[in-house]
Amino acid sequence: MSEPMLNESELHAYADGQLDERRRAEVEAWLAAHSADAERMEAYRRQNEALRALFDPVLDEPIPQRLRRPERQPWGMMPVLRHAAVLAWIAVGGALGWFLHGAQEARPGAAMALVHQAAIAHVVYTPEVRHPVEVGADQEAHLAAWLSKRLGATVKVPHLGETGYELVGGRLLPGATGPAAQFMYQDGRGQRLTLYVRTDAGGSRETAFRYARENNVGVFYWIDGPFGYALSGDLDKPDLLRVAQLVYRQLNP
Amino acid sequence: MSEIDRLIEEHIPRLRRYARALAGDRVRADDLVQDTLERAWGKFHLWRRGSDLRAWLFSIMHNVHVNGVRKNSAAPALLPLEDDALQMPARATQEDGLQLRDVHAALACLPQEQREVLLLVGLEEMRYEEVAKILEVPVGTVMSRLSRGRERLRQIMAGAAVPALRVVK
Repeated sequence: MSEPMLNESELHAYADGQLDERRRAEVEAWLAAHSADAERMEAYRRQNEALRALFDPVLDEPIPQRLRRPERQPWGMMPVLRHAAVLAWIAVGGALGWFLHGAQEARPGAAMALVHQAAIAHVVYTPEVRHPVEVGADQEAHLAAWLSKRLGATVKVPHLGETGYELVGGRLLPGATGPAAQFMYQDGRGQRLTLYVRTDAGGSRETAFRYARENNVGVFYWIDGPFGYALSGDLDKPDLLRVAQLVYRQLNP
Repeated sequence: MSEIDRLIEEHIPRLRRYARALAGDRVRADDLVQDTLERAWGKFHLWRRGSDLRAWLFSIMHNVHVNGVRKNSAAPALLPLEDDALQMPARATQEDGLQLRDVHAALACLPQEQREVLLLVGLEEMRYEEVAKILEVPVGTVMSRLSRGRERLRQIMAGAAVPALRVVK
């Protein structure tokens, strides 16, 4: 047989080592007579090598905790509890709705901006390893005083220890209309929640507890007095609600 | 840990490697892996026992990634500022270092579709038919993406201007 017919696909299969031995020998012979293609295939082979040299080290990196399947929570295992949680959620929603019923509805646009900004701040800062917060929990008094001064109203820092989340610290953020604050919390597994606080420029004084999801982040938000609050986390709704209730209780003792 | 979790966990290092190459930085890559795993844990009953688990996981990652890319093109990308994220995994010597960094940068210049194929073939060493199945496209499409991606990468590496314009003779 004279020169075997070759197509581009077979050349790639050659560079990728996907040809059987006989065909490979034929392609090799062909390439020996076609130096431009031979050079090209050599470059492709080197590309593969470079990719592996670049990214193979990832294989040896320890798997971060967040990629391990979380131990199943009692929530997940006991439908009865889950059911109870849903009922509790409805009850609380109702109660808060009643509690706040006189409140004027915030303009939906303003509320969604609150959610959006809180979710963005959550997504931006929670993966931080080295600088998750500006001021750490060890300087909590300073943190509260500083943020109160910048937001122009007394900011309280909720303690969520009973839900397993400890304060990491907080930071000042640019909000849509001025300064905003973010507090970060973390549980024993490294799961993080953030509470976003901004002074409410919307004019409304209060709204009911509301829930929204933005990307993969669940957000409970409400407006209370001079502040808009948004608690964000990558948690199931009932779990996040449990924390949101606690925040609310802590801020309104 | 259940058997299912263990089966999936065996593939995590490879999913991370692919995601790192696809997404570019560590945080976004692990976000992608996490979303993939969550979906896999949730949908494990849909996996046919005995079929190729790696292919199944990679096809989930492909879908998660495509959806994510679509979402991010509508909204500004949310990128944490993390110095480490910009660095590449380093193992190479200094001399190759420069070249590898070039490959890394050049890879980022490729269109999404070409990059995926290039990585599944070059990094994951998958057969073309397998890649076609994962991406849900015909093998011919895989081959043309591979061919264009490689050639473009080669030209970028050779220092040629990225041929965005076709020369009209």
